[in-house]
Amino acid sequence: MSREWPLWEVFIRTKGGLSHRHAGSVHAPDPELAMRHARDTYTRRMEGVSLWVVRSSDIVASDPAQDGPMFEPAEGKIYRHPTFYEIPDVVKHI
Amino acid sequence: MYTTELGKPDAKAPVAIGGEDPALVAAFEARVAADEFIEPKDWMPEAYRRTLVRQISQHAHSEIVGMLPEGNWLTRAPSLRRKAVLLAKVQDEGGHGLYLYCAAETLGTSRDEMIDALHSGKAKYSTIFNYPTLTWADIGAIGWLVDGAAIMNQVPLQRTSYGPYARAMVRVCKEESFHQRQGYEIMMALAGGTPDQKAMAQDALNRWWWPSIMMFGPPDDNSPNSAQSMRWRIKRDTNDELRQKFVDVTVPQAEYIGLTVPDPDLVWNADKGGYDFGAIDWEEFYAVVRGEGPVAKERMKARRDAWDEGAWVREAASAYEATRAARRAA
Amino acid sequence: MQAQSSIKSDAHLPAQWHPALFDYLLRLGDDSLILGQRLTEWCGHAPALEVDLSLANIGLDLIGQATLFLELAGEVEGKGRNGDRLAFHRDVLAFRNCLLVEQPNGDFAQTMARQLLFSTYSHALFEGLCQSAEPRIAEIAAKAVKEVRYHAELAADWVIRLGDGTEDSSTRMIDGLDWHWRFVEELFEVDALEQPLVEAGIAVDRTQLRAAFDTRIAAVLTEATLPLPVYPRGIKGGRTGHHSEHLGHLLAVMQYLPRSYPDAVW
Repeated sequence: MSREWPLWEVFIRTKGGLSHRHAGSVHAPDPELAMRHARDTYTRRMEGVSLWVVRSSDIVASDPAQDGPMFEPAEGKIYRHPTFYEIPDVVKHI
Repeated sequence: MYTTELGKPDAKAPVAIGGEDPALVAAFEARVAADEFIEPKDWMPEAYRRTLVRQISQHAHSEIVGMLPEGNWLTRAPSLRRKAVLLAKVQDEGGHGLYLYCAAETLGTSRDEMIDALHSGKAKYSTIFNYPTLTWADIGAIGWLVDGAAIMNQVPLQRTSYGPYARAMVRVCKEESFHQRQGYEIMMALAGGTPDQKAMAQDALNRWWWPSIMMFGPPDDNSPNSAQSMRWRIKRDTNDELRQKFVDVTVPQAEYIGLTVPDPDLVWNADKGGYDFGAIDWEEFYAVVRGEGPVAKERMKARRDAWDEGAWVREAASAYEATRAARRAA
Repeated sequence: MQAQSSIKSDAHLPAQWHPALFDYLLRLGDDSLILGQRLTEWCGHAPALEVDLSLANIGLDLIGQATLFLELAGEVEGKGRNGDRLAFHRDVLAFRNCLLVEQPNGDFAQTMARQLLFSTYSHALFEGLCQSAEPRIAEIAAKAVKEVRYHAELAADWVIRLGDGTEDSSTRMIDGLDWHWRFVEELFEVDALEQPLVEAGIAVDRTQLRAAFDTRIAAVLTEATLPLPVYPRGIKGGRTGHHSEHLGHLLAVMQYLPRSYPDAVW
């Protein structure tokens, strides 16, 4: 059996001003056809104005087993949020 | 839809597989019970992973094989509008198969492996596609009944516990919203047309009705892995609940266009607020599951031929990229 | 589809133009229709799922173009025939498509060879038709030109990969081009019917499109490491209804339902 075409992740900007968002994946032998496959698969209903394709194997993902050390330390730092600070109502524009 | 449990009960099926950390299993079960989504890299019980791969790939295979009965009428669609609509619909089914294969791939099984399983007869797909499309009315009946049944099953799957599957289903459901309507529109045109057309429509309903309500799978008391799948939120309604719902919404649609549902026992039951309907021939269902459907051989041959005849194309494209990559590296 | 609504009705074209214009619109519409019909044959049978979607997209574009051109043809003819009537109730001799588009799909290489040749030509044609003195044609061309450009680029991508892929794919690509090359000349022919339309600025002078076509095809084939096909003689006849044997079979399938039930509405 021949080698399977690699997998690519597809990101779509749905309209100007918005970020690209993950839409799904396609198989393709190379970057140019990955772009065509992404276009022909994921933008058939006017879903986008811009496309990114990224080889899936190039994505570096965080490890869910490390969720604790990765994301929980941020929970204790409520002073990063504006509601942490009490300012009298009479003071405006702050 | 195409996701009902088609296999016979699997003796060593669900629950804990030896050696799994009970604490991990308990934490997993708690997350699912709290309606959290499970994502690809999260820890999951092996049985959950295997059940999902089986269910999602079966769903994907059904979409791909499902292109064939309708594809059979693409070259013969009777107007330019019908031709474009049908091509868009069959293309959607290819797209849905694609989304679903990708979702299953996140569980560590490659698309090629899944396709091999289909071609070798190891993997199942929905029984419904093993029936032939004889007339144009069958295209109407498939859109109306088969897609109608599919939507009923797929809508709850948008909340299924496995994230990639749920997201694929959101896209699928959004795109499929026109499929059933185009089918019913074809049936309306035929039922309101010439006597020949009306006869065609009735004949299609006669042939597709029972296979359609079989699509929901075996009755709940004989559905092997249902309980476990419900608990894991891989499945969210029982087969019989969905079947009842389908009959209840579809019968009035048939009446509205003057077609007769081919079930002499069909009667409205005011007490339960739904229709009572006749006994389903489960022997027929299991025969088709075993691969004895009227055109099962044709469907499998078409898929295998397309795959085999495309091998040189896939290989050539890979070879081209390998040469380019080597050139870039040099 | 949305055919009529998007075409502005236009009364300024003098009546003596109508027969020639009708025929010209059939040439445009039939090209798209017949090639679109051919591409539907691939649906469900392509080499990969993604490729299946690409081919269906091209088919949908072509059927859309055919609908617009044939609806307009019916309007110009003024005898009450609409797009469906023209698509499903004419016989071989009344079809005006070029011979290239009716050729059988063959393998994927043969299909891509046909697509590259046709879409490259068609792109140049529609670019010119965007400036047509007949505004309804210009309007359709403005929409179609972007579609066929994508088709031409996609086909070029595939011809390059197959030409420079494996030995097997290269041989198939050479055969595919060889099959279709004899029908290229017909694409660039301007006959007595079309000449006055060209002079009136309604039609494009196809002879003027050949040089750009040759340059583009040569560039693609060079990148594909494929030899440029040579053929002593172009085969023609499609524009006057003298087709290959293939078209009759295609029509027999495509038209079977409306012909079998002439009183039916679908």
